[in-house]
Amino acid sequence: MIPSPDGAVAIGASAGGVQALLALLPTLPADFPWPIFIVLHVPADRSNVLAPLFEAKCRLEVKEAEDKETARPGVVYFAPSDYHLLVESNGDLALSSDEAVNYSRPSIDVLFESAADAYGAGLTGVILTGANEDGAAGLSAVAAAGGVALVEEPAVAYAQAMPQAARNACAAAVALPLEGIAEHLKGLGTE
Amino acid sequence: MTNEIEDIEIGLLLEALYQRYHYDFRQYARASIKRRLIQARSHFGMPSLTALQERVLHDPEMLPRLLAFLTVQVSEMFRDPGYFGALREQVLPHLRTYPSLKVWVAGCSAGEELYSMAILFREEGLFDRTLFYATDINPDALRAAEAGIYPLDRIRKFTENHQKSGGRSSLSDYYRADYGRAVFDKSLRANVVFSDHSLVTDAVFAEMQLISCRNVMIYFDRGLQDRAAGLFKDSLARNGFLGIGSKESLRFSRHAAAFSEFVPAEKIYRKREP
Repeated sequence: MIPSPDGAVAIGASAGGVQALLALLPTLPADFPWPIFIVLHVPADRSNVLAPLFEAKCRLEVKEAEDKETARPGVVYFAPSDYHLLVESNGDLALSSDEAVNYSRPSIDVLFESAADAYGAGLTGVILTGANEDGAAGLSAVAAAGGVALVEEPAVAYAQAMPQAARNACAAAVALPLEGIAEHLKGLGTE
Repeated sequence: MTNEIEDIEIGLLLEALYQRYHYDFRQYARASIKRRLIQARSHFGMPSLTALQERVLHDPEMLPRLLAFLTVQVSEMFRDPGYFGALREQVLPHLRTYPSLKVWVAGCSAGEELYSMAILFREEGLFDRTLFYATDINPDALRAAEAGIYPLDRIRKFTENHQKSGGRSSLSDYYRADYGRAVFDKSLRANVVFSDHSLVTDAVFAEMQLISCRNVMIYFDRGLQDRAAGLFKDSLARNGFLGIGSKESLRFSRHAAAFSEFVPAEKIYRKREP
């Protein structure tokens, strides 16, 4: 049995997601103890501009996830456009070009469900602003595996459908404004 | 706990598939295979993966239905137009110097990449001297590839990709519309051998000038990626070319030294001189 890796954060965002992540990620310290995996819906043929955009503004290392690389603490991994991002049980990252899920590739559900398997109670899943329902099943899987489920407070999110759907699907989900989510993440791994 | 039991069930089911039918998914990247198996379980209305295993072990008719979940890839013609552009502009000028050519599309699925390649070679005047091998492990996919029929609603994207790849003709020259389907011209497969071949269990079968294997190795674990890369190395002629998926890499492979990066941005490699 391969020992489960300690902990990780998985974040899903769609419409309005770049702004929300710009409010969130730069607040995190350079010694953040866990890897952060992010699926942000962007058009499939858009070249992969997310990592350079965030790298310039974050204290954490930010990169596009590569197939078979080992997730390292304190690194932010963006799913590449047009590929699903999954986490293997040993903490290695995997990409797939399987069909879209919830009309999305990358899909938040695909990331969250695999990360919930890999990290169990060590995973914190966060659903931010978005206008679709991707991530609702994934966040439920995070909670079912004993992880922490957070959603951006729909009332103040740029687009409320996605965090609302996740909250409806996942009774354990806690809704917080972006500042509250940032505070929660900063406290992770320190107890 | 459910998760741990499921992991055991997956291992057993994959072992059963191998022992019973010699389909070997045991070294596929586990997270994706798990997703596909859980989809299959739910599709077939099975209470557990163990129940699915029982069914597929005893009922051979279940095998192709399960394979459809485990193998079928939805691709596009001229997917990643930059890749086909690089083949056209940078690889084909080298291939042009050969009197005859062999090209292997490994993991051809329903044939989108094969037809893209055939059209590219025809546009560049190399089609008639080329023998194409299109291989896959899924017999249904091979049949679909051989038929060359796609829903018309996919053609718009194919056409757009073809144009972006630097296409010198109109895609509509190569198919006829028929009851909502696009039927590709059979002359495109005049020089094509369709064959069952597994990168996991089968060996070298010919010497190629170009191998294209895109978004196949991405589903393999590292050990299996090594096997496939070794197979490609041994299947390539001197100075032969290998194209892989845009998010795949030979960097972590123990065969990395056998290849040089030819068009790094499009993941096109060239076999080094021994």
